[in-house]
Amino acid sequence: MTALGDRLFSGLATAAGVLILATLAGVAGFLVLEAWPAITADAPGLAKYIWPLAFGTVVAAAIAVVIAVPMAIAVALFISHIAPPRVAQPLSYLIDLLAAIPSVIYGLWGIAVLGPASVGLQRWLEEHLGFLPFFAGPASATGRTMLVAGVVLAVMILPIITAVARSVFVQTPRRLQEGAQALGATRWEMIRMTVLPFGRSAIISASMLGLGRALGETMAVAIVLSVSGAVTLNLIGSGNPSTIAAHIALDFPESSGPAVNALIAAGLVLFAVTLAVNMAARAVINRQLRI
Amino acid sequence: MHTPPQHKTPVDSPPRLEPAPAVAAPAAPARGRPPLPVAARRLPRWAPWAAVAAAALVAAVLTGLRLAPFAALTAILGGVGLYAWSRVVEGARHATDRGVTYAISAAFALALAPLVSLLWTVVERGLHRFDGQFFTWSMRGVIGEGGGAIHAIYGTLIITGCATLISVPVGILAAIYLQEYGTGRLKRALTFFVDVMTGIPSIVAGLFAFALFSLFFGPGIRLGIMGSVALSVLMIPIVVRSTEEMLRIVPNSLREAAYALGVPKWRTILKVVLPTALAGIVTGVMLAIARVIGETAPLLITAGVVTSVNTNPFDGRMANLAVFAFNSYKSPGVPPEPAIDRAWTAALVLILIVMTLNVVARLIYRRFGTEIR
Repeated sequence: MTALGDRLFSGLATAAGVLILATLAGVAGFLVLEAWPAITADAPGLAKYIWPLAFGTVVAAAIAVVIAVPMAIAVALFISHIAPPRVAQPLSYLIDLLAAIPSVIYGLWGIAVLGPASVGLQRWLEEHLGFLPFFAGPASATGRTMLVAGVVLAVMILPIITAVARSVFVQTPRRLQEGAQALGATRWEMIRMTVLPFGRSAIISASMLGLGRALGETMAVAIVLSVSGAVTLNLIGSGNPSTIAAHIALDFPESSGPAVNALIAAGLVLFAVTLAVNMAARAVINRQLRI
Repeated sequence: MHTPPQHKTPVDSPPRLEPAPAVAAPAAPARGRPPLPVAARRLPRWAPWAAVAAAALVAAVLTGLRLAPFAALTAILGGVGLYAWSRVVEGARHATDRGVTYAISAAFALALAPLVSLLWTVVERGLHRFDGQFFTWSMRGVIGEGGGAIHAIYGTLIITGCATLISVPVGILAAIYLQEYGTGRLKRALTFFVDVMTGIPSIVAGLFAFALFSLFFGPGIRLGIMGSVALSVLMIPIVVRSTEEMLRIVPNSLREAAYALGVPKWRTILKVVLPTALAGIVTGVMLAIARVIGETAPLLITAGVVTSVNTNPFDGRMANLAVFAFNSYKSPGVPPEPAIDRAWTAALVLILIVMTLNVVARLIYRRFGTEIR
């Protein structure tokens, strides 16, 4: 009875573990299977179809990461080293709350509040920084631009970056921090000399995790961005490239036949890229500790 | 973790740091023994607040209280003012410290601004239709005014419920494997790929469920259970991670005490380890539900769109709140206002559900989870 129960239970637990790995393999397998007709039918055409989407995906994610990473490091430092310890925990709940809000609501907020509110700023960017290709204009009148989509993505990936960075910042060895302060370092000098070097790999890894999220984020971009399919670096115009994820969400319900296969092929590209980014991020952080 | 408070009277010119502050140095020390630095000049404790208040005054005059420019100008002026003041009184190093501290605090406030704005918007616009009809009517045959989202609420509960039924056993068993049984390559691979799976885009999970089901039922298939499968792919790694964390903090002495009494391992896990970690596991599951209950993209392509109530996840399309909000906003029809109002109310209901799950989860952990902390 005992031996049987033990074997049964450990077998069940192992099976659950194997099932998870099989699911991940299944995601790759089924996507390849369903994308195969599109790949074999017209590979160059498919590449031409996916290229603007991939470009838009990278641009949106890049904006998000450029904005979110410095902000997230600051927020993590604020919670770990600057805020009084009694309020640090509630404050980190507030940041976690940002992660809990469904992406569709971020999209609604972006199109209804942030977009219209930023029209003036985007006009200003066109006027004063128009010599940069990013702000070439003409500025969109609705605010449904790549820049706004990137900012919304930045808000959405901020919590994950903050969480990873903070969990490592608080583990900076106490003796290093106190040593720096005993030598007369101010708090910022102490942070610069002990906390940031200690947390460097965590910051890299967290940024990559954030990048992975931004690449795959769907609804916020699908709602906010006004799409024309153009490949352009202009971030404040009304004609933008879509992203892979947003394009799938918007087109899938109305597609059938070969179009579905092409969409799944685009999804396969997204899956491969996010998988690679996430694996690299985990590999970096696992060298230091598991988050 | 709390860092010790700064010294009120820092030693001047510490070794291997920047050169001594030019301005704030106390009177030049006499030759021989240096005097104790008793009176390094510091700004008063209220200095940052004073700087912000003064900046707000100036900004109010300059911008006439338009919110965005006012806030931006206040933040910039306050920082510059505080830095200059500190530089004059305390010297360059402390001025840098104050400037960076100010910038970091401002960044934190800026990070919370979207949260405040978003919650305010959703509550303000969602309350219009937060009425009885919204929670009792479906959209069947409704054009324009009125209508409700009962079909979407049922759908959300059923789809998420099925996803929970799939994810919780698999997730908890896998966590038990990792913590209690796992060894060698399989354990390492599972640990790594569970982490990687938390980063899979939700739309890819939806495509997976679609590809899986369309293989057996043809390409036009849309079912509630497909949505549940897609959500499970997203939910299982979260459940595994949180459960594993909770099992890890169950003291080994409990396991050893059970073994010493001759209890077999599987009964030890079922009767000792799991009950001890129960509150934490429940908390983790609730947070995982909160994470997936607002998912839109995977349900858009698996569960489809429908206007009437469907409570059978194995038969036909099934609405849900997130997709309902998206569709009402994206294709509102004529006139658009009623549909847009419904979208905001659906968003409000979603946020209320997510917040409730979060708060209750933390309360459970705080109330029942104390013994394993």
